[in-house]
Amino acid sequence: MSSTTTTSNAYQVRNMNFFYGTRQALDGINIDIPAQSVTAIIGPSGCGKSTFLKSLNRIAEAETKVRIDGQISLFGQNIYDPKVNLTQLRRRVGMVFQRPNPFPMSIYDNVAYGPRVFGTKGNLDALVESSLTKAAIWNEVKDKLRTSAQGLSGGQQQRLCIARSLAVNPDVLLMDEPCSALDPIATLRIEELIENLRTQLTIIIVTHNMQQAGRVSQNTLFFNTDESRIGQLVESGLTKEIFFSPKDKRTEDYITGRFG
Amino acid sequence: MTASSKPQIENLTTGSGKLQADTIARWLFQGAAFLVLAVLVWMTVVMAISAMPAISKFGFNFLIDKTWDPIQEQYGGLTFVFGTIASSFIAMLIAVPVGLGIAIFLTEDFLPENVLTPIAFMVELLAAIPSVVYGLWGIFVMAPFIRAFETWMNTNLGFIKIGDKSIFGTPYGPGLFSAGVLLSIMILPTIASISRDVLKAIPKSLRNASLALGATRWETIFRVMLPAASSGIIGACVLGLGRAIGETMAVTMVIGNTPQIDTSLFAPAYTISALLANEFAEANEPLHIGALFYAGLLLFAVTLIVNVFAEIFVRRVSSGRQ
Ligand SMILES: Nc1ncnc2c1ncn2[C@@H]1O[C@H](COP(=O)(O)OP(=O)(O)OP(=O)(O)O)[C@@H](O)[C@H]1O
Ligand SMILES: [Mg+2]
Repeated sequence: MSSTTTTSNAYQVRNMNFFYGTRQALDGINIDIPAQSVTAIIGPSGCGKSTFLKSLNRIAEAETKVRIDGQISLFGQNIYDPKVNLTQLRRRVGMVFQRPNPFPMSIYDNVAYGPRVFGTKGNLDALVESSLTKAAIWNEVKDKLRTSAQGLSGGQQQRLCIARSLAVNPDVLLMDEPCSALDPIATLRIEELIENLRTQLTIIIVTHNMQQAGRVSQNTLFFNTDESRIGQLVESGLTKEIFFSPKDKRTEDYITGRFG
Repeated sequence: MTASSKPQIENLTTGSGKLQADTIARWLFQGAAFLVLAVLVWMTVVMAISAMPAISKFGFNFLIDKTWDPIQEQYGGLTFVFGTIASSFIAMLIAVPVGLGIAIFLTEDFLPENVLTPIAFMVELLAAIPSVVYGLWGIFVMAPFIRAFETWMNTNLGFIKIGDKSIFGTPYGPGLFSAGVLLSIMILPTIASISRDVLKAIPKSLRNASLALGATRWETIFRVMLPAASSGIIGACVLGLGRAIGETMAVTMVIGNTPQIDTSLFAPAYTISALLANEFAEANEPLHIGALFYAGLLLFAVTLIVNVFAEIFVRRVSSGRQ
């Protein structure tokens, strides 16, 4: 991304190929993802957006057998180095999933989960409060912190999950279609909070909603599948350039189709 | 098209015959369900009536009296209640951690799925072995090992005492400890397989959420998976406990059948079910028979309570997962 060379890069991805077992899902991905900004990932269903995201915190390998070649580095460190501590990596790279997935515990315990696992010293109450505040849900839950998280609405649960990720103070937040299970108002609240978090951390968000990508992101990556149904990165750049003057025909078709 | 739609219309008009069958089937099943309930009530009443001579003579004293003497016609159930509870307790002490361990092992991906499935199947197969076979195995195969273990415990830990009697006293072989170990093997499949099902049913998304926060596999198991599965696991344990309390044949074969309450874990003991199995054939006096029925009633009450608890816990799990 030539136009963003002023900021440093969070991720550098070089010649990355991703395989589920023997089936290739991503082919030759090369991209720099700038820090302290929001990068949107768009593309048709099955093109490997989630796969790409899951390779960035190495959660894919916890689900099934996968193989990844090439290099992905986070702030200059190769995250696929055998010496990398997965726990530390995932602590620095938080993830918010498509469906809200709060633990079946109280709201407080959900947010305190990460800090407790890491034995974080200091005032847990204050940390829980600040995380919930950053996730723009503190006012709604401050009087019922000890009640079950499963009693919250879908949108509240999703913001709680964001708070849970923020509580371990990550550098990067990966979000996989975080609003697809939410109504427009809940979606708007999440978009606002992404806007507010942008200055503090790097956010990478997968979305099917072009308007959303346009509203929240500075940069956009467009993924697509080739003839053999393997995902590839077709085009990347500033969001407004991708949207208004795409260089690739496929990007243009996808975006006009989506807006149409 | 038109040809094939015709028979369908005919089917619709003749559908009332099906409905009739539905109603009949429903009545049959309702009747069967009612019959089960009636048999249960009837059995309880018959047992209570047969136990009457002993109930009126000993009353609640039966629960705290240690003597069981058919010659003097003095009957108390405490030693049997103790043996029943103590042997089940030992069984739970072993089977719960081991069963949970197996359940965790079978739900995590330590081994590929095609290896785990046969293992899970074999664990469930353990439940299909008849208890008399367990008893024989207990006497001929397990007892020598237990005796060796008891001897080792006695020499090394024999100094641990209650009052002046050792907890790990003289090694016997057949006794409370043997019965507990054998029972633990018998209830292991119940605890392991139900806990496995419960753990498997926990949404993968919870596991991923924990891993993505940087928790390790074991932190995820202990902090998320087990708590989320807890009521189902408790249900599994209570079901196992119910089975241990009611088990007769295998226990009768290895517990030593001695009505006593000894401080030593290794001493012979007796359970209610073993008592009933051993003495019913030779009981002639109404009071003796009454005392046996009284003991049977106690056993019935205990297993009923345990099973009701199990049912409540398992219910709560299955309804909570919508
Ligand atoms: N666990 C898995 N095992 C095998 N193949 C998988 C797995 N997960 C995804 N795939 C395959 O990888 C490809 C990319 O899937 P991915 O979920 O990354 O797509 P996506 O772009 O996120 O799609 P969507 O927009 O529908 O979420 C698909 O062909 C999919 O079938
Ligand atoms: Mg996806």
